[in-house]
Amino acid sequence: MLEKALRGSPKYWGWVAFLLVLIGAGAACWVWQLTVGLKITGMNRDVSWGFYIAQFTYLVGVAASGVMIVLPYYFHHYKTFKHMVIFGEFLAIAAVVMCMGFIVVDIGQPQRMLNVMLHPTPNSVLFWDMVVLNGYLFLNLIIGWICLEKDRLNLPHPKWLKPIIYTSIIWAFSIHTVTAFLYQGLPGRHYWLTAILAARFLSSAFCSGPAILLLVALLTKKVTKFDPGKEAIATVAKIITYAMCVNVFFFLLELFTAFYSNIPGHIHSIAYLFVGAHGHTGMVPWMWSAAILAILSLILLVPPKLRDCQCLLPWSLGILVAATWIDKGLGLLIGGFTPNHFEQVTVYWPTGPEIMISLMVYGTGALVLTILYKIATEVKQDLGVSQKIECACEKKEESAAQAPEAHAHAH
Amino acid sequence: MNQNRRHFLKFVGLSAAAGLCFGPVRGLMASGGPAASSAPAETAAGLRAKRWAMVVDTRVLNSAETIKPLVDVCHSQHNVPDIPGNKNIKWIWGAPFHEAFTDMNTNYLAEGVESRQYVLLCNHCDNAPCVRVCPTKATYRRPDGIVTMDYHRCIGCRYCMAGCPYGSRSFNFGEPRLNLDLAKLNKEYPTRMRGVVEKCTFCVERLEAGKVPACVEAAKGALLFGDLTDSGSEVRKALRGNFTIRRKPSLGTEPSVYYII
Repeated sequence: MLEKALRGSPKYWGWVAFLLVLIGAGAACWVWQLTVGLKITGMNRDVSWGFYIAQFTYLVGVAASGVMIVLPYYFHHYKTFKHMVIFGEFLAIAAVVMCMGFIVVDIGQPQRMLNVMLHPTPNSVLFWDMVVLNGYLFLNLIIGWICLEKDRLNLPHPKWLKPIIYTSIIWAFSIHTVTAFLYQGLPGRHYWLTAILAARFLSSAFCSGPAILLLVALLTKKVTKFDPGKEAIATVAKIITYAMCVNVFFFLLELFTAFYSNIPGHIHSIAYLFVGAHGHTGMVPWMWSAAILAILSLILLVPPKLRDCQCLLPWSLGILVAATWIDKGLGLLIGGFTPNHFEQVTVYWPTGPEIMISLMVYGTGALVLTILYKIATEVKQDLGVSQKIECACEKKEESAAQAPEAHAHAH
Repeated sequence: MNQNRRHFLKFVGLSAAAGLCFGPVRGLMASGGPAASSAPAETAAGLRAKRWAMVVDTRVLNSAETIKPLVDVCHSQHNVPDIPGNKNIKWIWGAPFHEAFTDMNTNYLAEGVESRQYVLLCNHCDNAPCVRVCPTKATYRRPDGIVTMDYHRCIGCRYCMAGCPYGSRSFNFGEPRLNLDLAKLNKEYPTRMRGVVEKCTFCVERLEAGKVPACVEAAKGALLFGDLTDSGSEVRKALRGNFTIRRKPSLGTEPSVYYII
């Protein structure tokens, strides 16, 4: 099926070329980092993980979120998602590829990476994270590819795949739980040392991931003949809304515990993020933006009238993604490391090269996603499923409305 | 058959050549340094304990001036680079009370106690979080309680830095030799490469050679070092006779560095 990715419009190739240039520019920075070390990043002895690991964490959530499409289809036989499932699985693949990329660029000695497998250490959560992420990538590759191949040949999905699919659904929850365990089991890091962290990770993943999926699907709808269908879009939007409500609720639980208990350690990180500490207020505008955007996204998503409005939906989703990204892609790591173990503030902010290297990884993910989605949409087109309807009434109305214009063009 | 034999001989020859090339380099770079690879007779003379521990007499070691010689001797013996800024490397350093003992929010602290500087270093915890989180066993705990590192296995993931609640770990963000005076290198101890984490090791290389840690030697009695399981040891005597505290005991890490107040 890969050959489908090798034929495309100039627009397609233009986009691929743009991504390759982006990856190339980022790769140049990465080579620099490999030569001189991580000193070109903003990380330091107090904030020893930064932008890379934060993006890793966010993207594990995106990878896990594919299950929000897969689960209703397989566990509840929700047929509306039949043709969306593959896009959820392919997004998961691209996201896991990016996760691995962010780990590779973050570690100081990437050539020794295989030590994690050569000296397996079950007491380290990082070892388990490696296991679950690789497993999830593998599961999605098998499932996605075989299902699509069988669809293309008009054959039923093999029976032996069912148990693997069920495994992958449970597995999706495990990848983000284990990623949360990376943080929530560390003594003395109060912002992370909370039993609800894994639940917060899952809730934020299950709103932000499907939001990204839906945004990509809407874009795909615009540039190809693929149409996920109104009902599928509405259902995903509903899932996103519920997950975002839970996500905001969980965060409020954190606030209550920290501030009502009045335990300084629990308050300090949150205070640093939202009001600043020791005169350092760099995170304050970001965190308040996240809070306002989160509320705004709920205002736009909770009322069915606004949620179902097709022209508003991309904006609502974009706002939601921005809010959850600031919370998890910036605040989580910086808040966890600040104040440091001496109750002092060391300011961290990613440097230019750090951003460029991150863009390289994001570019790679986008390229993987582009190729996989190109294949999937072409297969759907060959099968004639989930296509934009040519003879629907709205089309008639449209053509009626545009009739004079069309005539003008004809002349 | 002939073909196989030829391949085999080729392989053996190449392996031997590779061994000749890399053998000496490996010997030089071994994390234990020359002391670790020295003759067994000398190793037998090394200091042994069931549980190493340290007691800091903060009444004596109480200021930047008294702590500086310890820092200097440790950092020069272990080729610890002096890097300006917050990407620096520290094995041992001094800090005021409210930074060292953050969970003791005692207002109106005794004047003498508040104004002191406290020696900070790796606590060599019984339940070391850095050992627990390390994904490659590059950081490990020896049977005598010392938490040490294999710089050649470390992948530089810095999970141990997130895990250590004492800020005792440093990462080589850049090439450490750039910030070292190469003329003054201690050739008895290896320098590190960029991309790995490092920290105090209670001078395992000196213990092997029968010497106490460098800071203990430099402190002239203000740092006590000995076996915690031996009730007659110097550290146990000091713990019996003085009021001591440890850093962040509530985290359950069981530090082995005690502070006489």
